[in-house]
Amino acid sequence: MSILEFSRGPMLHFALIVFVFGVLWRLTATFLLGFRQRRSEPRVTKGQAMAGGATVLGMRSWPHKEFIGRTAFGEAVGYGYHIGLFTIVLLGAPHVLFWQNLFGFSAPWWPTLPGGLITFISILTVMLMLIATIRRVGHPVLRRISNFDDYFTLVILYALMLTGLMTVLGIGGRYEYILAAHIISFNALLIWFPFSKLMHAFYIFPSRFLNGYMHAKKGAAK
Amino acid sequence: MSNKNPRNQQPTIGEVMDQAGVGRRQFMKYCAGITAMMAMPPLSTAAFARDLRAARRPSVIYMPFQECTGCLESLTRSFAPALENLMFNTISLDYNHTLQAAAGEAAEAARHAAMEENFGEYVLICDGSLPTKINGAYGTSDGHTFLQQLEEAAEGAAAIVAVGSCAAFGGVAAAYPNPTGAVGVADLVKDRPIINVPGCPPMPEVMTGVLVSFLASGVPALDKHLRPKAFFGDTIHDRCYRRRFYDRGLFAKSFDDEGARNGWCLYELGCRGPTTYNACATIKWNGGASWPVEAGHGCIGCSEPNFWDQGGFYEPLTAKLFKERGQAAAAAAAGVAVGAAAAYGARRRQKKLAGDAE
Repeated sequence: MSILEFSRGPMLHFALIVFVFGVLWRLTATFLLGFRQRRSEPRVTKGQAMAGGATVLGMRSWPHKEFIGRTAFGEAVGYGYHIGLFTIVLLGAPHVLFWQNLFGFSAPWWPTLPGGLITFISILTVMLMLIATIRRVGHPVLRRISNFDDYFTLVILYALMLTGLMTVLGIGGRYEYILAAHIISFNALLIWFPFSKLMHAFYIFPSRFLNGYMHAKKGAAK
Repeated sequence: MSNKNPRNQQPTIGEVMDQAGVGRRQFMKYCAGITAMMAMPPLSTAAFARDLRAARRPSVIYMPFQECTGCLESLTRSFAPALENLMFNTISLDYNHTLQAAAGEAAEAARHAAMEENFGEYVLICDGSLPTKINGAYGTSDGHTFLQQLEEAAEGAAAIVAVGSCAAFGGVAAAYPNPTGAVGVADLVKDRPIINVPGCPPMPEVMTGVLVSFLASGVPALDKHLRPKAFFGDTIHDRCYRRRFYDRGLFAKSFDDEGARNGWCLYELGCRGPTTYNACATIKWNGGASWPVEAGHGCIGCSEPNFWDQGGFYEPLTAKLFKERGQAAAAAAAGVAVGAAAAYGARRRQKKLAGDAE
C-alpha cells in the first residue's frame, strides 16, 4: 500500500473515527455538566432571555465600538482567514469531490469555484494566517494567553495549507507524496481537533448565546 | 539478422546515414524531433546530432520474458524514428525471437554470438517480468529459466532497458496475489545501468527515443523509478488538455453524460492522471493521432508501479468511501458514554465541594 493509499484510506478513516469519538466526548461532557443553581428571581421572561442571548451572540461577533480601534484589525484578520478556510474546503472542486467520495453521496448542485480563484484565496489565507501568527507572538497579551495548543494547531494548519498549495502548483516533489502529505495533515487536524482549542468551532456560538441568556435572566444584559 | 562484427568495427551512424543518402537537413530534423520530444533545450540539438553521428551502431539484444508481446507490438508502431530506421540505421537488432527469421537453436546461437562479440557493449532490452517462485520454473526458454537467461545476458550489457511495466515493475504478473513471484529487472540486476520505460504498453516514441538518446549521450537522467525524466518528468494531469475543466470544477459523471460529451475532466470517473508520470498527453499515440483521455477514457496509470493493485480503474482518485459506519456509530456511542461519565464525575465533585463549603 502506497503512502497515498494509506493516507486517504485507513488513516483517514481512523482519523474520522477519533474525531467523532472525541467531539462527542467533549460535547456530551460539557452539556451534561449542567448549570449552577440560580437562587435569584429571573428578571425577564424566558423569551426575553433568549433574545438577550441572541443579542450577545451577535454583539460578541463584532468589534465593540469602544475598542474598535484596538480590536478591529485583529478581528478582520481572524474573519478573513476563517472565511478563506471555509471557502477552500467547501467550494474548492477537489475538496467537494473529496467529501462526496468519502461519504458516498452525489450532489451535482453543489457549486464550486474556479481552481485559480481557490488558489488565490489560499495564498491570501496563508498571508492572513501569517499576520495572525505574528500578531499572536508580538502582542503582549495574546502571547501570554497562547500555549502549546495554539501553536501546534497553527503548525498543522500551515502544513495543511502549504501542502495544498504545493499540490496545486506542482512544486516541492512528486504529486502523490505532496498530496499524501496534504491528506496526512488533514488527518492530523481531525485527530487533534477534539482535544484542542479547535473545539471552539462547536463551543463558540452556544457559549456566547448562553452568556447572553444568563445575563439577560439576571437583568444584566444591557 | 546476426551481427558478426564487434561494435568497434561497426560503421558510425553518420556513415550509415551518408551511405543511405540521408541529407544533413533531414538528419538535423530527425535530431531536433528527438531532442524536442525529450524536452532538451533547442541549442543542444547540434551537440546531440554530432554525438549521434559519431556513435557506432550498437548491438541490441531483445529478451522476452513473462510478457504478452504488447510492448513489441507498440514498438513496431513507432513513427519517429520508424522501426526500419531504428533497426537498420540506428541499432543492430541481433536477437528478438518474435521478429527474427531464425528460430530454435539457430536463434539462440545468434544471441550467444552477438553477446560474445559485443561483450560489455551491447544494449539489452528486457520485455516482461521475471517469475522467481520455484527457482524461476514458471518461465523457461531453451531449457533455461528466465532468471538464468537474464543473469547471463545482463553480464555483458552496457545498459539494460526494461520496456513495459512488467519488465520495469513486475506488471500484471505481479498483481495480487502474484502467483509466480514476478518481479521487474531492477529487482534482480543491481550492477548494470537500468533504464525503465514502463507502460502497458510503453509509448513507442519513448522506447525509441530512449535508445537513440542513450546512443548519443549515455544513460539519461532518471527518476526514482529509473524512468527517464525527459519522458516521465510530468504527470498526465499536468499536461492534460482537459486540465482546464478540472480547474473549473467541471467533471463528467458518467461516460455518456453531457460532461463527457463536452470533454470535461474524467477525474470523477477514476482518471489516474494526477498520479501518473508519462508522456501520453504530449506525444500522444498512433503518430500523434490521439491518446486514451482524448478518446474519452481516463488514464489507468499504467506506467506506475503496482498499477493493477491501486483499486478499481473507475474509482475516483480522492478519498476512499468511508464504509466503517458501524465503527463510527460505536465511536459516537463511546464518545457519549465517556462524556457522560466525565460529566457525572464532575457533578459529583461539584456537589461534594458544595457540601464541604456548607
